[in-house]
Amino acid sequence: MSGLSISRRGLLTGISAVGASAALSACGAKTGSDTSSAAGAKADTSGDTVKVGLLNSLSGTMAISEVTVHNALLLAVKEINAAGGVLGKKLKPISQDGASDWPTFAEKAEALITDDKVAATFGCWTSASRKAVKPVFERYKSPLFYPVQYEGLEESPYIFYIGATTNQQIVPALDYLKKQGLTKLYLVGSDYVFPRTANKIIRAYAKANGMEIKGEDYAPLGSTEFSTIVNKVKDAGADAVFNTLNGDSNVAFFKEYKSAGLTAKSLPVLSVSIAEEEVKSIGTQYLEGQLTAWNYYQTTPGAANTKFVAAYQAAYGKDKPTSDPMEAAYISVYLWKDMVEKAGSFDIAKVKAASDGIELDAPEGKVTVDGASQHVYKTARIGRVGADGLIEEVWNSGKPIKPDPYLKGYSWASGLS
Amino acid sequence: MTVILNQSFTGISIGAVLLLIALGLTLTFGQMGVINMAHGEFIMAGAYTTYVLQKSISSAGVSLLVALPLAFLVAGAMGALLEWLLIRRLYTRPLDTLLVTWGVSLMLQQLARDIFGAPNVQTSAPDLLTGNISLGGGITFANSRLFILGLALLCVLGLTLILRLTPLGRRIRAVVQNRDLAEVSGIATGQVDRITFFIGSGLAGVAGVALTLVGPIGPTMGTNYIVDAFLVVVVGGIGRLKGSVITAFALGVLQSVLEYSTTVSVAKVIVLVAIVAFLQWRPQGLYTLRTRSLA
Repeated sequence: MSGLSISRRGLLTGISAVGASAALSACGAKTGSDTSSAAGAKADTSGDTVKVGLLNSLSGTMAISEVTVHNALLLAVKEINAAGGVLGKKLKPISQDGASDWPTFAEKAEALITDDKVAATFGCWTSASRKAVKPVFERYKSPLFYPVQYEGLEESPYIFYIGATTNQQIVPALDYLKKQGLTKLYLVGSDYVFPRTANKIIRAYAKANGMEIKGEDYAPLGSTEFSTIVNKVKDAGADAVFNTLNGDSNVAFFKEYKSAGLTAKSLPVLSVSIAEEEVKSIGTQYLEGQLTAWNYYQTTPGAANTKFVAAYQAAYGKDKPTSDPMEAAYISVYLWKDMVEKAGSFDIAKVKAASDGIELDAPEGKVTVDGASQHVYKTARIGRVGADGLIEEVWNSGKPIKPDPYLKGYSWASGLS
Repeated sequence: MTVILNQSFTGISIGAVLLLIALGLTLTFGQMGVINMAHGEFIMAGAYTTYVLQKSISSAGVSLLVALPLAFLVAGAMGALLEWLLIRRLYTRPLDTLLVTWGVSLMLQQLARDIFGAPNVQTSAPDLLTGNISLGGGITFANSRLFILGLALLCVLGLTLILRLTPLGRRIRAVVQNRDLAEVSGIATGQVDRITFFIGSGLAGVAGVALTLVGPIGPTMGTNYIVDAFLVVVVGGIGRLKGSVITAFALGVLQSVLEYSTTVSVAKVIVLVAIVAFLQWRPQGLYTLRTRSLA
């Protein structure tokens, strides 16, 4: 009994402490926004160097993925500096750790803009972190370059979406599954905005295309207990699993999947958030033969990619793979550089105006910025995990697909918002 | 029928993980009244011990077997050190132990981040443990889960034997029942405390080794489990081994059955509501310790 009352009181102490710190940080945010109208938040581009913000989770459950993005950003900055910088100014990268925690992302974004006066920020991975920083970038009118595929249904005047939107990844993936005759799907995802929205889109697609959804399950982000979900998947009679799990929950999921005797042959899993780096750390033995949907693989042919892979491995180690979000992060810095140079200025309004039609011969192939939606044209690619841990392309869309974040081009998507 | 069997096994295997983690807490929270928030970090220490061993011993099977006793020693030593440095000064102030060990837990997480890097890491399981036993008709038992179940039962058996049969166990029970009387009877209570803490923390280390078979290893992995483990101890009846064993398996089965018929989040909510209702009915938990001490 005594133990109980102690823990209750302890809980209360904890809660009030959390409440107090929340109140304090709210005050901080308030004073921050007061200075926003003043010159305090304006990017400082007067000196020989220009600061750029790198905002990634360097710790926590998302670090497994985001550290590689951070490395790719640093590589692009280094290369640009070696080639003379942007408008004659060297870039100075300022790294902030979002720590896999969305309020922390917002806090660090504000610090980058108001304290460091960065000209642009590159980063974020989860949609939850992007949604958390979106109002910050909009309030201070500062640009964010977001490098990861996401659930679409969003546009922001101050965010450039360099990763795929749904019609460049999820819709082609569904088309592919349908073509293979895998029409009964089971949806497994992390419990936050990207998987839930993605699954809403998948359900709408399935309804219009005669596919059947056998079940839908979510696990909390960072969860490592998947035995029940795997049992449900096994019993559901599905043809394939559509996996929108993020971060290292995938480790636990695929370990459990193999333990339950399920394989890529008996019940394939198509994942949209597992790239080469994750394959390597989850363990190739758990993933061999499984499918992924992205716009870029380390094995994507082309001179630009050969150069990118060589440069990355020279900087971070021969055994380090490159992946889609890394590539998108890497080209996002180059796209920003081209926009700034076309505009002849770091001023955000001029950069935005110059963005439409910016083209780059990227490692993934040709990409073009669509100024209206601030997304890019990208080629969709389905791949299969090989025994060496690399992903081999099994299908591609042939040409870059125009970004359609609100899926206006699809009649079945009319009810989504 | 297949579903029921598979789900029951899943529930029991979740219960086994909970039990492994709660065993150490039953000793330190239950028997000594210390709210050890750093218990989760001892789990982490055990998991990282496995990781380090696998880096140096290439065979996954051998490294796992070596990791079990070594993780027990490493986590146990950390626990004994914590007891000697801080906790022994706070035995009469249980709330303070909560705050102090919470601080220690944050420091240990940061230390792990500095040593092993912020991203989580993985170990690969021995081939034997990645497969499953199929009984036909779709009934399968994952080998890794069977291993964890066996490990949990072995730890319960070992702990029971120590507490029931050895002189050390008699001394631990005496200190728990009446510290002052034990002291005047010539038992070095301080020493008993340290050994108890060593065993309790060591068991957390063993739990850490088991968890490497299930998921990733990271600085914050312990925090995922600490609340559930406290629930097991409180519901089971503070300080009662039997209560913890029954509660861990009951919660595991309840959780997995609910998860199967609803969703992960809904199952968590229902389990918590059930626990609150249960504690209203039996505030002392499933089993109560009869004690002669006045506390």
